[in-house]
Amino acid sequence: MKFVKYLILIAFAGLLIYGSLDLPDRGDPDAWLHQQESITGTEVAGNYFIRQAYIDANTPNMVTVVLGDYRSVDTLGEQVVVFAAGLICLLILRRYREI
Amino acid sequence: MRARFESPIVLLGSRLLSPYIMLFGIYVIFHGHYSPGGGFQGGALLAASIILIRLSGGRIISRLQVQEFFTTPLAAIGVIVFFGTGIVAMLFGSYFMDYHALPFPGEMTPAELRYYGILVIEIGIGIAVMAILVMIYDHMVRGEDYA
Repeated sequence: MKFVKYLILIAFAGLLIYGSLDLPDRGDPDAWLHQQESITGTEVAGNYFIRQAYIDANTPNMVTVVLGDYRSVDTLGEQVVVFAAGLICLLILRRYREI
Repeated sequence: MRARFESPIVLLGSRLLSPYIMLFGIYVIFHGHYSPGGGFQGGALLAASIILIRLSGGRIISRLQVQEFFTTPLAAIGVIVFFGTGIVAMLFGSYFMDYHALPFPGEMTPAELRYYGILVIEIGIGIAVMAILVMIYDHMVRGEDYA
């Protein structure tokens, strides 16, 4: 049965490598990922972020701008999740008085 | 059970290391506009510096630094700072979390106002993450900390 396991692993790795051969290069300006308009004619968000991040928020690190400004509601949700996890740890770990 | 004894080497090493970790955490939070970093990472570093003192010094020494009852309100304050920034921006005639209407003093362009708005929310995230990690540690060791 070990032979079958390795065969499945190798076949899956081959499938993934075959799939990755067709990916665009990093920073390729002709890739569909980096176009101003997608195939369906709508505007691509990443292109807007790269062009406008410094102009909108005066911040060179565009990851911070996306995290803190464009998607700040998402970051607020992350923080509330962390806070809720802390409160649940407090509820579980707190030692109650024996009645 | 093995005998417990104080180790001055561990305490001195932690005392040497902890302020620099804390300084690096503050740097990561405040320099997140120019380099990789931000509130979550900086808050984790701040919590590491505080928990290091708690691990090496025990309860009595670490109480001089950050009190135990102080961590849960601090976590809530961090969340409130983030949420309040968005609400204040909304009250001053903008969208929720669109910082260009924040009432910072001085004449500033909307881009600069967004810059400072991002800084405020990063500080809020850092405070909340630090306080939550320290809070979890405190509640884990409660009752088993004999120092």
